[in-house]
Amino acid sequence: MFELLGIPPQALFGQVLLGLINGSFYAILSLGLAVIFGLLNIINFAHGAQYMMGAFVAWMCLNYLGINYWAALLIAPLIVGVFGVLIERFLIARLANLDHLYGLLLTFGLALIIQGLFRNNYGSSGLPYQIPDALKGGQNLGFMFLPNYRGWVVGASLVVCLVTWFMIEKTRLGAYLRAATENPTLTQAFGINVPLLVTLTYGFGVALAAFAGVLAAPIYSVNPNMGADLIIVVFAVVVIGGMGSIMGAIVTGFGLGLVEGLTKVFYPEASATVIFIIMVLVLLVKPAGLFGRAA
Amino acid sequence: MADVLSVEAPAGAIALADTSRGTERLHRAIFIGLAAVLLVAPYLAYPVFVMKVMCFALFALAFNLLLGYGGLLSFGHAAYFGMSSYVCAYVAKNWGLTPELAILSGVLVAGLLGLAFGALAIRRQGIYFAMITLALAQMAFFFSLQAPKFTGGEDGIQAVPRGKLFGLIDLTGDRALYYVVAIIFMAGLLLIYRIIHSPFGQVCKAIRDNEPRAISLGYRANQYKLAVFVLSAMLAGLAGATKAIVFQLASLTDVHWSMSGEVVLMTLVGGLGTVFGPIVGALVIVSMQNYLASLGAWVTVVQGVIFVVCVLLFREGIVGVIAKKIGRPL
Repeated sequence: MFELLGIPPQALFGQVLLGLINGSFYAILSLGLAVIFGLLNIINFAHGAQYMMGAFVAWMCLNYLGINYWAALLIAPLIVGVFGVLIERFLIARLANLDHLYGLLLTFGLALIIQGLFRNNYGSSGLPYQIPDALKGGQNLGFMFLPNYRGWVVGASLVVCLVTWFMIEKTRLGAYLRAATENPTLTQAFGINVPLLVTLTYGFGVALAAFAGVLAAPIYSVNPNMGADLIIVVFAVVVIGGMGSIMGAIVTGFGLGLVEGLTKVFYPEASATVIFIIMVLVLLVKPAGLFGRAA
Repeated sequence: MADVLSVEAPAGAIALADTSRGTERLHRAIFIGLAAVLLVAPYLAYPVFVMKVMCFALFALAFNLLLGYGGLLSFGHAAYFGMSSYVCAYVAKNWGLTPELAILSGVLVAGLLGLAFGALAIRRQGIYFAMITLALAQMAFFFSLQAPKFTGGEDGIQAVPRGKLFGLIDLTGDRALYYVVAIIFMAGLLLIYRIIHSPFGQVCKAIRDNEPRAISLGYRANQYKLAVFVLSAMLAGLAGATKAIVFQLASLTDVHWSMSGEVVLMTLVGGLGTVFGPIVGALVIVSMQNYLASLGAWVTVVQGVIFVVCVLLFREGIVGVIAKKIGRPL
């Protein structure tokens, strides 16, 4: 197996791995969006900014407080999650009875503010974040070289995605959540504190984005624009997957990352647009998305 | 989604009942006043600045036609604005077309793009619609980035000739061009006013307010939505193409998704679903960008704050508030 369709296997598997890593980020971010959308019916436009915040908090922890990567992996989502809780309580909750489009516009404004503030303080050039010592180096798998950190990213995001899926689909808390999505008034009548559930859900979705940000920090340089362009691709992923489904977010996230990686091998010019092209094709056949229920 | 975005609907309904004659007169007075202001503006302010405001005002008017009267939030209007600006710049520079033909080709391409994107997007509603238009527009952005033969890539198309209007009137000077842009702007505004107050516009508003009812009355809602989408795209294209001639430049900024956000902001500040609101909104935002430019990234922060404040406390926008005060739709 020296060549596969004229592509050296090293390059092929390298791109597949890169695709899988991008796919991990797509999966976590679209999962967070799906969780938030499920209960709040709001497209969280600030998701990209919150992902960027996660990376920045990790960077700050290391450079200002000397807190290492592993602790940051817990602390950053917590801090950003609390920030999300405050946003929900003081801003988003005020729009509860309005058209959901106002939620999109509000979070869009928030994204502008957050990105602008970070750009003022840190410029747009990007800050380096070292790979933690334990994950330096890589494995030679015979057919390709696997850097440890990249393997860790794919593994960690898979675990986080599956745990989230399990929590929502199989636990009691998840059942409350799904009930509140279906019928908030009735759920409240059963004695479940739905506003609290909503706030915590938003905080959890935001924390997921921040977690992805910490994972991303050592791979991409930490900069204020890192979430801005990613979020549009994630929106396309979400449209393709169909917003209703948690599993849809995970599967399409990884799948589309892979497709994007393969496109980079065979036809690099299209790699930036391939997801949008797939979105058009899916919309033509299934307007509700691959895993979505028809609205 | 039909119920809340229609900020203007109740006021409009009252006005139709008893003060429609007076409202018409008021609107005519505003049109005449606006024309008078535009006539003297280049003597009072820097003409290129006023032209910039007019281009963006037309863009915001086009966007408002879709959101305010069609109830469709497109988050990808930069695509039509930017692509039209590229086409106009390209044909004016490389094919040597006269400005009116260059603008026309920009508008046509924007219309075709609007037809293709709109046909896909109207299959879903509300937030999905917004996300799909956004993602489609991002396709246009990547195309612009990766087709440097056509768009000049990161550099854009520079030194676009302003040319001679109809091969006769030289537009190289700012003054001559100013009046051409003013005429384009007023024509666009009048066209939109005409569309809104036509039977077609009334049906669009009915669909915005209650789509199932409009369908049960026998209107083909999707055809109306697509039509208003294409009209809006073409008018956005008109604005983009005109801007390319004014600044002799077509660049990536005009196709980037932040431009789509900016036009939403202009419309929101001025007043969603008001006729004249987008003009005021464009004036406010463009002036802010011009005069606060020295603040760098703070402009983004200020814009974000305005966005949040508008959504939370000021949903009617400047003109919307005035309209409420005087009890007439504006």
